[in-house]
Amino acid sequence: MASAGGGLILGFSWTESSALAPGSFNAYLSIATDGVVSILSPNPEVGQGIKTAFPMIVAEELDVDWQQVRVVQAALDTKNFERQVAGGSGSIRHSWQRLRKAGATARRMLLEAAAKRWQVPVGECRTEKGFVWHGTRRLSYGELADEAAQLPVPADVALKDRKDFRLIGNRVKNVDNPAILTGKPLFGIDFYREGMLFAMIQRPAAFGLKIKSVDAAAARALPGIVDVVTFKNNVAIVGKSTWQVKKAREVVKIEYEKEVPLESTSDHNRLLKTMLESTEATVRRKDGDADTAFTSAAKVIRAEYQCPFLPHNPLEPMNFFAHVRPDGVELVGSTQTPELARNETAKLLGIPPEKVTVTLTRMGGGFGRRLKADYVLEAAELSSLIKAPVKVIWTREDDMTGGSYRPAVRYRFEAALDAAGNLTGYRLRGAGFNVGNSTREDNFPSGAVDNLLIDSVDRKSPITTGPWRAPITNFLAFAEQAFLDEVAAAAGKDPVRFRLELLEKAKAKPVGAIKYDIDRMIAVIRLAAEKSGWGKRKGQGFSVYFSHNSYVAQVAEVVSTKEGPSLKKVYAAVDCGVVVNQSGARQQVIGSVVDGFGHAMFGNLTFREGAPEQKNFNTYRLIRMNEIPEVEVHFVDNGLDPTGLGEPALPPTGGSVANAIFAVTGKRLRQQPFLDELKEVTF
Amino acid sequence: MALIKLKINQRTYQTDADPDTPLLWVLRDHLGLTGTKFGCGMAQCGACTVHINGEAARSCVLPVSAVTNARVTTIEGLSAGGDHPVQKAWDEVDVPQCGYCQAGQIMTAVAFLKKNPKPSEAEIEAAMSGNLCRCGTYHRIREAVQLAASRPKK
Repeated sequence: MASAGGGLILGFSWTESSALAPGSFNAYLSIATDGVVSILSPNPEVGQGIKTAFPMIVAEELDVDWQQVRVVQAALDTKNFERQVAGGSGSIRHSWQRLRKAGATARRMLLEAAAKRWQVPVGECRTEKGFVWHGTRRLSYGELADEAAQLPVPADVALKDRKDFRLIGNRVKNVDNPAILTGKPLFGIDFYREGMLFAMIQRPAAFGLKIKSVDAAAARALPGIVDVVTFKNNVAIVGKSTWQVKKAREVVKIEYEKEVPLESTSDHNRLLKTMLESTEATVRRKDGDADTAFTSAAKVIRAEYQCPFLPHNPLEPMNFFAHVRPDGVELVGSTQTPELARNETAKLLGIPPEKVTVTLTRMGGGFGRRLKADYVLEAAELSSLIKAPVKVIWTREDDMTGGSYRPAVRYRFEAALDAAGNLTGYRLRGAGFNVGNSTREDNFPSGAVDNLLIDSVDRKSPITTGPWRAPITNFLAFAEQAFLDEVAAAAGKDPVRFRLELLEKAKAKPVGAIKYDIDRMIAVIRLAAEKSGWGKRKGQGFSVYFSHNSYVAQVAEVVSTKEGPSLKKVYAAVDCGVVVNQSGARQQVIGSVVDGFGHAMFGNLTFREGAPEQKNFNTYRLIRMNEIPEVEVHFVDNGLDPTGLGEPALPPTGGSVANAIFAVTGKRLRQQPFLDELKEVTF
Repeated sequence: MALIKLKINQRTYQTDADPDTPLLWVLRDHLGLTGTKFGCGMAQCGACTVHINGEAARSCVLPVSAVTNARVTTIEGLSAGGDHPVQKAWDEVDVPQCGYCQAGQIMTAVAFLKKNPKPSEAEIEAAMSGNLCRCGTYHRIREAVQLAASRPKK
């Protein structure tokens, strides 16, 4: 047990096996003698609210007043923390028990310290809001911190009963509000170090080009320019200020040559259709005999859906600070995966990872873009070449044209119905670029269909791709939920009833492995239907999706206007288990609906000869305030351990909206962005 | 390069900058006022919004030479203790997700409410639609503007 500067510093473990053993502490909370509780939040904050939610969980079990808590952002520390990642909606789910145990263990030690002081059995003492009580006397945690720190760490402590939660489930404001609302430096791009240089990098304008020659003489002659460095396919302009390097970059003359054939959107559209006919697809799941089911079907429904490449566009463009010194490397900035950034930097520079430190800043959004370390490596490599501390800044154009997009995909869905309208066969093929498996083969309706075949085809492209908020499911869910609506209509069944019947069948007679919880899915379907008055109102569209361990059902409501169909409202029924922070959780759902709708409606990155055609927000349309629907959020209150919310409410949105638009216009939207499809709709 | 004198947040600053440098980069790189954010560089997102003589302006496209005689207010100078009614409303409604766009949103809202102290919902949407929020906090931004507008003025 370490005690520094007076007070209790309690380590807690992220690994169950070494829980709370002294010497293997890998995160800590500390209590100062004045009663201030400092809680370290290890995971990167990208707007998902983890810097508020994590400490809430610790504070709940510690039984301390939230006003006493001071939250500290941890740096990357792989000795003491696990999974310092902002991705996969996994932070709360992975850390729930560990964080609770950390708080509960400290509380237990404070109780024991008080009992010892009073010479009473510990069972007669209780805690409340930062005090230990015995009868009518009390001692504050601050008064007890020093003594508690000397006690052995208890191995097993009881966690609170859910009914005793006082903080969890409340509305708690973002801990960084005071700094955000007054403009304090918080984000990676705000980082400044005395003597630091600024750099912009010219990357090839098109995917598939490589540098042939560089003439930087004019750029070097400009004021404030320190150096122009060419490495890999990059030309870095280094100088004294952002504006000077930006201007100098414009006069660098670079000749490129083709390394591979350059691809255009028209090529992609053609290729995706060809890939759907491929004889070399990878089978992802096979139940029964789909081919026979289709030959003997009374009715077959077939439809193809397509989604374009999308950039992430976090409002803080990529940027990173790196200082490569002979004795080690300092990295500072916005990253969703600091450990990956560290390890790849170490590999690049040929040094041990222990020589690299990563300081985590608040991120101005990520949406998956910051799960890649390319922009960190650039800064590190540049710093090692110029032997100086440097911050590399991307412009919006760099960010939007710099790759790592959501891949473009096309799906073909096929459904076989028998004469009674039962779904007897189901086939799905996904095709995409650099996407890997574009299906989620074990998701609903798998398990509910006797004869099913799901396969996928992937093709390499020079256009780089990566995870984009709710990877795969952000487009698959739209396509699947819109298709199921088509099948329900062909079967003459209500879309909600149709899904419930399938789930009831999966429960009674499961086919193959079922990797989602049928009852939880049914519960969100029923809740969304009930809250939205499903079946009683016009212009509604339904969807339900399980992703990242959470369940979300949606009903979208669309009305016709002179300008076209208009999305008025989205009801979302959400099962993420226990809701830790009502404020953060609600906004995650609302923001995901806005994000999902905006990108389904407007998002489109097209290519011409390998170059993205949209480069900034004048041609790439993001949703704005005057375009948002009302969003009504309902959480299922089932008391189960919490899962994540950074992503799960996004995937169902495209489907609920497409289905509602069909309800109003009779047009099936099978291609994103919807805006292009709706141009053909007349009213 | 030229010696530039600026009046920002009721203080006088002096710096050496090219006259065509956008005010945004003078604030951020030269003066260390990083509360004003870079988002697009072409007045499309509003993250860089400041006040020039009380009016909202996009500092990313505003050459510093054009504002040497102006009164510039940034998020850092909006209030002494972060207690401007709009900042307080933003906190109470708990608007920020990532928080990156919010300084620009607040600066836009403050200038707007000065001109239109009792706006309708449609007027708020029209006024705030120039500011992007990639996290989708628009509902709360609208609510915070309404809350600030509902408060009695001092």
